[in-house]
Amino acid sequence: MTFLLGSGAGFSGDRTDAAIPVVAELIRRGQPSALIFETLGERTLAAAHRALRDDPAAGYEPLLEELLTPVLDDCLTHGIAILGNFGAANPDGACRIVAELAAGTERGKASIGRVQGDDIRARLGELDLERWEAENRELPGEEALISANVYLGAAPLVEALALGAEVVVSGRVADPALFLAPLMHHFGWAWDDWDRLAAGMMAGHLGECGAQVTGGYFADPGCKEVPDLARVGYPIIEVEEDGRLVVTKPAGTGGMVTARTVKEQLLYEVHDPANYLTPDVVVDLSAVRVEELGRDRVAVTGIRGKPAPQRLKTTVCYEGGWQGEAEISYAGPNALARARLAAEVLRERLTFRAPPELRSRLDIVGHASVFDSDAGDLQRTLPGGVGGDYRLRLAVEHAERRWVERATQELLALYCAGPAGGGGVRRQFQRRVCTASYLVRRGDVNACATLFDATLFETKMASQRRATHAVS
Amino acid sequence: MPYPEPNVAGPVGSAEVPLHRLAHARAGDKGERLNLALFAFEPHHYATLVEEVTEARVLALFAHRGASRVRRYLMPGLAGMNLVIDDVLQGGVNGALNLDGHGKTLSFLLLGMTIRLPVASVE
Repeated sequence: MTFLLGSGAGFSGDRTDAAIPVVAELIRRGQPSALIFETLGERTLAAAHRALRDDPAAGYEPLLEELLTPVLDDCLTHGIAILGNFGAANPDGACRIVAELAAGTERGKASIGRVQGDDIRARLGELDLERWEAENRELPGEEALISANVYLGAAPLVEALALGAEVVVSGRVADPALFLAPLMHHFGWAWDDWDRLAAGMMAGHLGECGAQVTGGYFADPGCKEVPDLARVGYPIIEVEEDGRLVVTKPAGTGGMVTARTVKEQLLYEVHDPANYLTPDVVVDLSAVRVEELGRDRVAVTGIRGKPAPQRLKTTVCYEGGWQGEAEISYAGPNALARARLAAEVLRERLTFRAPPELRSRLDIVGHASVFDSDAGDLQRTLPGGVGGDYRLRLAVEHAERRWVERATQELLALYCAGPAGGGGVRRQFQRRVCTASYLVRRGDVNACATLFDATLFETKMASQRRATHAVS
Repeated sequence: MPYPEPNVAGPVGSAEVPLHRLAHARAGDKGERLNLALFAFEPHHYATLVEEVTEARVLALFAHRGASRVRRYLMPGLAGMNLVIDDVLQGGVNGALNLDGHGKTLSFLLLGMTIRLPVASVE
């Protein structure tokens, strides 16, 4: 029987109403199915660790509640498993939110599975590490190290489903493994059935970025038209027991599924297509074919698999100092010349107002902004622009916040000391978390799943709070 | 199409056109490495892409950003290719000063490249 994989989100910050039509379609079809939220990337993992460092109760997907609230009740009622890496740097924190949301559903509770074992920070020093092939950075020293998370495969997610979890919360797992797991659980495929594993991983690869396979991130007016992007439907991947798969989307939604939309996503973030590395299988796409079966129905065939790699990729996050950005606008007659002059002034000021190791960059951005009304009248009536509308952007990086503040303050000072008619300055600073990629031995990683016990968690948190108070 | 008619130029029997007219592309990033998946709109233009969008030309296009190596994987079954460019993101998503640290916009830097198309193929 066909298994349906629905996508509810393709990144942290994705549309929070996207899952609603997907779940409605899964319910309408009445076939076994799962709903996947993929919300964790290299950028968001670093952001989550930054958040966790500032607040021990944070560090999971900030939009979790908004993403789950509209669909949780329906999924629990209709037996649609939910899997998400929305635990990010703090899966326990995410489990607690899920438990609270489940308490508000008709059922009043949910069985929540929690995947552990991706966090290898504490053991990093003892492990045999290899640099990932495209990595140039040295491993940071202990004092700069913030986190280290292994990309886990589907096994602990399958374990959680086998324990009866209705919602599975993970941190760092390979994104497509979130989709492979319910297939393994449902079809009972063998862990060395490489072609099926590869097909399941590719079902995940096609679905993991949400609308990127259904017409999102595709439109190019005049060349590639996409209907109703404002209501683009998120993907549903139909998978058969033999590994055949079809990409489709809910009826009545915007966007489209065509050979072209599927091909763009098929190679997204892939390097060697004959050796696409995932934790559970090496996927070979050299003989892959994409075929339109009908409107918004595209079959992907010819996916082959090879034995899983011996090492698993690990993302290491470490202190990256401070980043600052500041911007100012120039518009109208001679705007570009004034923006260029402002850039020259800043460049010169920074040579004697900031230390030489300050890393900096200046951009001039623009079409039509500061002259326009809130309704955008000029952009409509003057398609060629307003005769110049440029925004000078300074970006800087330094280990110490004070130099980032000083450098961006120099842009602010253009208000009175720079060229004529500059306006709309914005400045911001943030602490940077940098990342590097390493490989660890598969055998050194101990991933497992448990059912989340909210009572136990509260007790643990309370004792942690007591310990913290005792120290302070 | 939003382009003026191609100008017949260069060797007899060919015309220069922007790659954007013949192909579509998507960029993806991992660390400092960028991949650009490029596909011909029409399968009969695939051979032209193979001829024109070479590793050397792509490396030259991204040289100003520090690109160190380009590898091209041909995908004839998809009428496309995957271009993998190393060290082109100047810090990548968590380390760049660029507004677009992911390099997501760079698919259109590639599509802005001019290529020679046999005149018989120009519609």
